[in-house]
Amino acid sequence: MTLTESAPDDTTIVSSSTSTIVDDTSTSDTSTRKGSGVGRFVGSLGPPAITFAAIIGLWYAITYLLLEERRRFLLPPPHEVFDTGIYSFGSGEWGNNLGDSIQGTLLTGRAALVGLIIACIIGFTVAIMMSQSKYVERALYPYAVVIQVIPILALVPLIGFWWGFNFRSRVIACVLIALFPIIANTLFGLKSTEQGHHDLFTLAGASRWTRLTKLQLPAALPAIFTGLRIAAGGSVIGAIVGDFFFRRGEPGIGRLLDNYAKDLQTADLFVAVILSSILGIVFFVVIGFIANRLLRSWHESEGTAT
Amino acid sequence: MAIDVDTNERTAAPAAALSFDNISMVFPDGTHALEDVSFSCVPGTFTTVVGPSGCGKSTLLKIASGLLEESAGSVQVERDRVGYVFQDATLLPWRNVLRNVELLAELNGVSKAERKEKAMTAIETVGLAGFEGHHPKRLSGGMKMRVSLARALVRDPSVFLFDEPFGALDEITRERLNDEVQQLFADKAFAGLFITHSISEAVYMSTQVLVMSARPGRIIDRFDIPFAYPRTPDLRFTPEFAKLSGDISRSLRGGHS
Repeated sequence: MTLTESAPDDTTIVSSSTSTIVDDTSTSDTSTRKGSGVGRFVGSLGPPAITFAAIIGLWYAITYLLLEERRRFLLPPPHEVFDTGIYSFGSGEWGNNLGDSIQGTLLTGRAALVGLIIACIIGFTVAIMMSQSKYVERALYPYAVVIQVIPILALVPLIGFWWGFNFRSRVIACVLIALFPIIANTLFGLKSTEQGHHDLFTLAGASRWTRLTKLQLPAALPAIFTGLRIAAGGSVIGAIVGDFFFRRGEPGIGRLLDNYAKDLQTADLFVAVILSSILGIVFFVVIGFIANRLLRSWHESEGTAT
Repeated sequence: MAIDVDTNERTAAPAAALSFDNISMVFPDGTHALEDVSFSCVPGTFTTVVGPSGCGKSTLLKIASGLLEESAGSVQVERDRVGYVFQDATLLPWRNVLRNVELLAELNGVSKAERKEKAMTAIETVGLAGFEGHHPKRLSGGMKMRVSLARALVRDPSVFLFDEPFGALDEITRERLNDEVQQLFADKAFAGLFITHSISEAVYMSTQVLVMSARPGRIIDRFDIPFAYPRTPDLRFTPEFAKLSGDISRSLRGGHS
């Protein structure tokens, strides 16, 4: 590495380029020491794996130690859930309802995604307008808060009246839940630009638009992604809740959950729960990935620069 | 090139690059920051203002650059050739060194090729060649300050404003940057206006030192610093340097005015 040699003075370069860091969660401070492959694996996947094993252990314990046999249908053991709900090694057959559940999850995911995208479009626009004018902010912000505090369930009948009990209403439920975190965090980000940076743009006589696009929006990115993470989780919840109530058309995973519970199909219910969590996780991970891509070179929240 | 300040610049009467005429500043909240301040900065002179905290020194620079508007009096300056180095480096963290240095030219609509060339020259001038692609997060405090200097240099300033730029740095870095600013001053012969708390820094850098009173800030004393450029760090340990520093210090404490 030649960086340190050509450094003109006091230049300690805060850089990790001497060591390749694959996983920054486990090696953030001791980055000079390279762990072995196994060590790194244990470091990153070990803790969650241990937690997972503990949960499965607890599950078995509850099923066999706590529940009497006639009540065991409330919590069948993990292997039975797998056998009935997912894949049976004995008969070589996939779970009866697995296909429906996966399809339902995809449909719910689509509602959540469409809702999130619409919420982003509305949310960014509103937040940008608010950031440009105190007047607009005062006029709109209270109503953004109102959207946030009205329980979504209270709006379900209205949404159903107006837009029908179908896919479209599920999307609207997602938008309503995802909107506020996007507006609030984007606005917060746009308004927390440093005064020194504003002065710099003032010196150069920058226009409002230039200031917005070259200063405020990039500076707001970390906050925007914080909002997006919250909104994405909310949107998935909105879609599942929407499935429960807007039951026309193809069933989403929420409606299937409801059906399995009513029919005491515990294994299928568990699979459905797992699928909906996976849906939430996928949303979270994808947004985390995009945030990392955009922010890692400059923001403290996103690991090491490359 | 060495500038001999012993020859009185007023005999040649060059046009001032920056002049304050009877500037007063009262903020909307009633804070009376400046009172009847007049002086001018001629190209090839380096003026340092020292004064107690909160006396309005920084306000003076903000007025000079147009960030603030004076309450009374007038300022003459060529605004788009003002270089301003802030207390903090104020780099945009999402831009690498090159793009940070280009910023002001970019905002002023200079073409891509031209601003890149100017920026690269400035980056070389401050000794950061090879670091164009680094993001601020990976630079030390001293290097960030150099980027900030380079960014101001791109405007080819006729007036260079420094608002306590090295106050947060360690002493070694600070002295080194002092020498580099001095070198820049010798090369470019801009009009420098420097704000600092450090009397030694003031004497070392300047052709004249102005002493300001506590709020409302007034110029209460003026010292010509006769040493020829280039000055070397050893200058700090000469009796003449010590005497000037002592005089300024006394003036600051109110014993002289």
